[in-house]
Amino acid sequence: MAWLHGWAGLVLGWLLFAIAATGTASVFKAEISDWMRPELNARVDPVLALTAAIRQLEKKAGDAPAWYISAPDERTVSPIAAYESKTAPNGYVQEAMDPVTGRSDNIRDTLGGEFFYRFHFELELPYPWGRVLASAAAMVMLVTLISGIITHRRIFADFFTLRPGKGKRSWLDAHNVMGVLAMPFHLMITFTGILTLISLTLPWAGIANYGNDTEAFYNEFSPGFYSRPAAGRRAPLGDVAGMLNDARKRMGGRIGQISIVNPGDAGAVVTATRHDGDQLAYATGSVAYDGVTGTLLSSYTEARPAKKTYDVLYGLHMGRFAPKFSRWLYFLCSLALAGTIGTGMMLWSVSRAKDRKPGTAFVERLTTGAIGGMPLAMVAYFWANRLIPSAVAGRSDLEVRSFFMCWGAAILFGMLRPGRRGWSELMAVTAGAWLLLPALSAFTVGRGLLASPFHGNGLFVGFDLVAITLGAIALSIAIKAARSPAATVGRR
Amino acid sequence: MNITGATRYRIAVASRVIAAVLGGYMLAATLSMALARALPMTREEATTTATLLAVLSLPAAALWVFAARSAWGAWAGIVLATTASGMAAWLLGASI
Repeated sequence: MAWLHGWAGLVLGWLLFAIAATGTASVFKAEISDWMRPELNARVDPVLALTAAIRQLEKKAGDAPAWYISAPDERTVSPIAAYESKTAPNGYVQEAMDPVTGRSDNIRDTLGGEFFYRFHFELELPYPWGRVLASAAAMVMLVTLISGIITHRRIFADFFTLRPGKGKRSWLDAHNVMGVLAMPFHLMITFTGILTLISLTLPWAGIANYGNDTEAFYNEFSPGFYSRPAAGRRAPLGDVAGMLNDARKRMGGRIGQISIVNPGDAGAVVTATRHDGDQLAYATGSVAYDGVTGTLLSSYTEARPAKKTYDVLYGLHMGRFAPKFSRWLYFLCSLALAGTIGTGMMLWSVSRAKDRKPGTAFVERLTTGAIGGMPLAMVAYFWANRLIPSAVAGRSDLEVRSFFMCWGAAILFGMLRPGRRGWSELMAVTAGAWLLLPALSAFTVGRGLLASPFHGNGLFVGFDLVAITLGAIALSIAIKAARSPAATVGRR
Repeated sequence: MNITGATRYRIAVASRVIAAVLGGYMLAATLSMALARALPMTREEATTTATLLAVLSLPAAALWVFAARSAWGAWAGIVLATTASGMAAWLLGASI
């Protein structure tokens, strides 16, 4: 089993680390998105913000077949709209809108936290390959976790063991402490992660029961989903604010997102979906209205036990129910998972350092850049957000490109400069980038710890504090790597 | 042909990896189909329950494959379980 643990962990370890790191960031997806759009400030009632967004969409996206808009809440200030567009480079537009005016031209073009979230399970690969690969990685992770538990005879004693400065033993202790301390979380998040993509990866139960009848399948799985074709006659949208206020009353909660299908047509349908921030289950009830007359078309709340179980398991992975304290626990446990994977990869190399095989050396070199370069790539994404001018065309793509260029450069650097010096230098640069981020942010947008720590800038101050903490961790690794005798592995 | 001990070991490992990945997936697929037909619920609820249960068989199969004494034993277990659940699914009238 120890053998299985070591090799299964190696095969997809680099990918798993990237998935865990971006997943950790996704815990604060909403907050990261707001930090990356520092122009926005005002907090507005969600229904007012949504109606402002709709007024602008009527002007500029009247020919789109549908608009999907997420509502602002206590975590994020702006509505975000998505719709198909023939003029957009990839066929559709996703944009944040000013909650007061509904306009988006005064907001910098960025994917915000959505980039980390998407990369976490799509890996920047075309559909469905990224999702399939992420699922396979998660399955390998689950096998690695279970075999790791079986391998681990001293599980309770290791809980209290940390022998710093002892080379391989220190790596092992760190691996065990982070792995064991949050083990229930690791098992939960890996298993529920597999479940989020299960309809793609294991569709066979549905096929056994429905065969080719996909229509029956969708109707029975989502009875709350109301749709009808466009009527082909023009008709303006009715009182959407009235419909949304009615939906709030019917659903007994806030609105999470709305969709408007066939806008500007007599067959328009307005659907409001309940906000999921106050319940475990990820899927929520929804209410649909005739977009022109406001007549209620359907109203649905999930009550089927198996589907509800699935929704709760899904919700556990998303962690959207989590109030502040547990959201930080999600963040810290995810960080521990990334740390467990990272130290596991280090252990693999440290254990085999004496082999002097070319394969072992290659793994070690790749680990330096692929794992050590990830936090650098992430901070590069934030730097790009602050440095690229708003007027630049294709701005959000440039931000994403900064992430990958940086990661690629780090991997190349690790190949050329292995061992403790490579690690130390890479971590020193990473530390510098994180530690300087608050200063850069204060200088460029004037919000945060150094510029204006009060006046409703709590998010920006918190972001700066996390950046400084991550920078300090990177700095301590850089210093340790420069001194530690165990890190001489790469010198041969 | 002369196969050395090390090569033999590598072939056995490769064989187990294939048994874990392909065999494990086949087992999860056939088991989910059999359960989807067998569970006494409405068909969409049976589909969800079957999938949630069957997905657990994949890591179980992977662990079995690597815990078994020999690669042959590992294969035998996977093939047996997959055939049994596949037969059950077929007898219960699963469509494909």
